[in-house]
Amino acid sequence: MTGTVSVKNLHVSYHGKEVVKNISFEFNSHKLIGIIGPNGAGKSTLMKAVLNLIPKDKGKISFAGDSVEQVRKNIAYVPQRSDIDWDFPITVIDTVLIGRYPKLGLFRRPKKSDKAFAYKCLKQVNMEEFADRQIAELSGGQQQRVFLARALAQEAEYFFLDEPFVGIDVASEKTIISILKKLRDSGKTVFVVHHDLTKVVSYFDELILINKQLIGAGPTQEVIKPEVMNKAYNIDFDLLNQMGVGV
Amino acid sequence: MEFINDLMQYEFLQKAFFTSIMVGIISGVIGSFIILRGMALMGDAISHAVLPGVAISFMLGINYFYGAVLMGVLAAVAIGVVTQHSRIKNDSSIGIVFTAFFALGIIFISKAQTATDLTQILFGNVLSVRTSDMWITLVIGGIVLLTVVLFYKELLVSSFDETMAQAYGLPTRAIHYLVMVLLTLVTVASLQTVGVVLVVAMLITPASTAYLLTNKLWIMILLSALIGAFSSVVGLYFSFVYNLSSGAVIVLVATFLFVLAFIFAPKQGVLWRSIRARKSKSAA
Repeated sequence: MTGTVSVKNLHVSYHGKEVVKNISFEFNSHKLIGIIGPNGAGKSTLMKAVLNLIPKDKGKISFAGDSVEQVRKNIAYVPQRSDIDWDFPITVIDTVLIGRYPKLGLFRRPKKSDKAFAYKCLKQVNMEEFADRQIAELSGGQQQRVFLARALAQEAEYFFLDEPFVGIDVASEKTIISILKKLRDSGKTVFVVHHDLTKVVSYFDELILINKQLIGAGPTQEVIKPEVMNKAYNIDFDLLNQMGVGV
Repeated sequence: MEFINDLMQYEFLQKAFFTSIMVGIISGVIGSFIILRGMALMGDAISHAVLPGVAISFMLGINYFYGAVLMGVLAAVAIGVVTQHSRIKNDSSIGIVFTAFFALGIIFISKAQTATDLTQILFGNVLSVRTSDMWITLVIGGIVLLTVVLFYKELLVSSFDETMAQAYGLPTRAIHYLVMVLLTLVTVASLQTVGVVLVVAMLITPASTAYLLTNKLWIMILLSALIGAFSSVVGLYFSFVYNLSSGAVIVLVATFLFVLAFIFAPKQGVLWRSIRARKSKSAA
């Protein structure tokens, strides 16, 4: 089925230490999937390993039956905000225009139609009035929206976002999640690394809960159960619920 | 004015003129990518690492270009291997590898017994550029500029967001080595004008000046090339008229321009920044 992402027995180690242990899951398209777990659980590592950006020890990954290398042009990846050099001499619109590069291929310059498309994507995240700003002149939420616009410009099938909601304002968060849901509704497969548990129920259809190894994968309501969450966090979630923290 | 007369008259001066302009342009262009990729130290390393290649070329009686390029690329690979296959951090592996190459070069040069002595290679002398050197520089320049034009998109995205580039299928490691090869070519071309020791200044100073003046990559590259070429010509002038070391003068001109930008650049300069800070303080 198109859009199916399947991971089998994935192992990743870093400097001889196993940071992702035997993780397997499979999700279809039309799904918005959260990758959650405590700090240092290996969430970003898992995402990078699934995309074959870092070497894995073992494991089989397939995108609708194809290897990741065969579907690269259909993968939109949004890095953590801290991974970006915000002083790079580039404007907002040119950042979004990069999203057109994969489909352009070698030696071809973005055309007027590409620029128009980039502008349209910028409009979707309500950032068109900032088109000519340098990217460091934006707030955290605006920066994240610009990078989401770049991902939209890629017209990809698979979306991978690493911690898109860290340190951003409420309005930006709302815009971003509503766009991610629209992508899901139009048949895309969307993976989001996320660490704030408070909104997972309203954000994600499916969850991958890890703490180095897989704790649970499946529909959000099933994974979010206290007896499952306990295994990852070693905290008493029933108690937190009674206290009104509500996860 | 007299300088222009001399320029029309003396062939050695014309060769020096064209060579230094081309070196200024290409080091400004490649330097822009070097500083944005955080590889300034790598620029210094490669320029020193070409020394044994120069010496071996003299021994074999071939043009120093071949040996230098070979050694430059070899050093880049060695640095990559040490970083990737041990816990040694990148800056340390750069230090280990380039000093080793440089040390080897010093021994080779002293054994090579050539007309070109060590001082010439270390500090350059643009007025002694031979016709063949000029042509090599111009050809290298053409190759470097053409490559940057053809791969502009790929260079931009891999410098800005390497992980995203890798995710959509760009061979980012190949692009890294392409930049290393270009860097080596520029270094070799710069040997005659500024010498091994000061090449890094030609790579990072004009590019850093341009970086303070604009928010667009292609303008930065253009400005950087312009500043590099201007510094080279002014340096050549002072070097010729006052009989000073060409490399040193060129670098000082570039540094002077950097200081101007550092103070007076419209957005990034310290002057306007402090004025703006004071204004917002008094407003508050």
